[in-house]
Amino acid sequence: MTFAARGAVGHLRARGWMGPLAALLASIVLFSLVTDTFFTADNLSLLLEQSVVIGLLALGQTIIVLTAGIDLANGAIAVLGTLVVAKHAASAGQAAAGLVCALSICTALGMASGGLITRLRLPPFIVTLGMLTVVSAAGRLYSQSRNYPVSVDLLTVFGRGLNIGHASLSYGVVLMLVLYAAIEYVLAQTAWGRHVRAIGGNSEAARRMGVSVDRTVVSVYAVGGLLYGLAAWASLGRIPNADANAYQTANLESITAAVLGGTSLFGGRGSAVGTLLGTLIVVVLRSGLTQAGIDALYQEVATGILVVLAVALDAVARRGRP
Amino acid sequence: MTGDTPVLEGRRLRKRFGHVVALDGTDFELRAGETLAIVGDNGAGKSTLVKILSGVTVPDAGELLLDGKPVTFSGPQQARRSGIETVYQDLAVAPTLDVASNLFLGRELRQRGLLGTVFRRLDAAAMNRAAADHLASLNVSIQSTAQPVEDLSGGQRQAVAVARAAAFASRFIVLDEPTAALGVAGSAAVLDLIGRIRGRGLSVVLVSHNMPHVFELADRIHVQRLGRRAAVVTPKTHTMQDVIGIMTGARVA
Repeated sequence: MTFAARGAVGHLRARGWMGPLAALLASIVLFSLVTDTFFTADNLSLLLEQSVVIGLLALGQTIIVLTAGIDLANGAIAVLGTLVVAKHAASAGQAAAGLVCALSICTALGMASGGLITRLRLPPFIVTLGMLTVVSAAGRLYSQSRNYPVSVDLLTVFGRGLNIGHASLSYGVVLMLVLYAAIEYVLAQTAWGRHVRAIGGNSEAARRMGVSVDRTVVSVYAVGGLLYGLAAWASLGRIPNADANAYQTANLESITAAVLGGTSLFGGRGSAVGTLLGTLIVVVLRSGLTQAGIDALYQEVATGILVVLAVALDAVARRGRP
Repeated sequence: MTGDTPVLEGRRLRKRFGHVVALDGTDFELRAGETLAIVGDNGAGKSTLVKILSGVTVPDAGELLLDGKPVTFSGPQQARRSGIETVYQDLAVAPTLDVASNLFLGRELRQRGLLGTVFRRLDAAAMNRAAADHLASLNVSIQSTAQPVEDLSGGQRQAVAVARAAAFASRFIVLDEPTAALGVAGSAAVLDLIGRIRGRGLSVVLVSHNMPHVFELADRIHVQRLGRRAAVVTPKTHTMQDVIGIMTGARVA
């Protein structure tokens, strides 16, 4: 191995990306060998597109889990976002205004979760469970249980993209990658990122060491909300239809992606890049197992086992520390 | 080095939590450059006193004088801005961050120019260098300042916490049971470190249950009993038995 390669491996290992990357590559190799359809430009492009919505929800989930929090309401918030923008576009014909409105509502809902958690000192699980129930019910009431198709170019922009031979790169994928890079940057290179990890490691210690814990936590949930709003926008690019019953298990999938990417549910440890790998693992497994002709229920069994395994590895690693 | 005006003086400090009176009009005096130990039985009000000194708790009554001027701390940040750093027993470090990030937590150095102002990029290299220099100057041996603190031994972790306090305190540092969770070797290293900080002229408030440690380090010993200051003695004039006697009320100073 050359020095450069050894340096790269050390880099990956130090950040905890080695395991998720190996799991992702192994599953890609496996499905490429057992099916003819998996390793094609078409299919790989499709996999990336399928990663966008879950990937953006998982990105918000990651920064929240880093503070030792959790967000069960992310899918519901994104769905409400799609309904607000689609209904606005349908009734008033103002797509841009509806979009601004939807992004603001999603951000505000994230901020509300963060506010309740910090002001009332409630567990994030309970607050976001309540938020999930309220927001999904609100979505149904607001939509009157109807679907709202969208046809405005601005709203479906993330479904379009560039074609390079059989491969394609949608703007949604570009959006996701840009946001991942941005969040990875702020987590790794700014004081905010260090404060987020410090809070997740031990919030009272962080407070006593001079971190503005409450303000940081609220900002984390607000950024999460904004990411859910962007996920809502991107989802209209894939399926140009707002449906109150969509993305009902997205919250659990986003937690799965974060955990598979090496983010610790105990807080303080994890990264955006890890979650991107985790998201790709979830999508590759789902698609690969389908193409290999395996029943959808077995796919869930496989994902479930992987999650427990990933959390168990993390817990064992923690216990091994002095 | 002992000046005339105390660095921090507390007069008739009172604090109650519901029906429990934690501090019942206690006095407190820390002189410049000294190491003052606070000892007392459980429930004597040591922790509450420490929290008042470090701005975590606001007293119900009484006054605090910083260099002779009345002061009220609205929070730990304000005490910190006044040059007071506190190391809490179990809450002294951010376990998942590396050593340099711990030393600079809440006071990070940003890069110069646009990278720092617009992109808020931290100067990790500068922080690592400064952290390594500071730890070396205090004789704290750590392999690398890029190591996560949770990978360190208990003694090393506490040393990082104490070094952090020493780096930023301009008036005094408060150490709350710094050796309580440590083994013999770890305790020795931390005591050594406290000795070196003292050599720099910084005042130290040391809260400890460990009488040998107190008698090794302290210039004066503040004995807290039933929410009040029962006595202030020195290791030269009193024995450990005397101090324990005052603590428990078996003896009057």
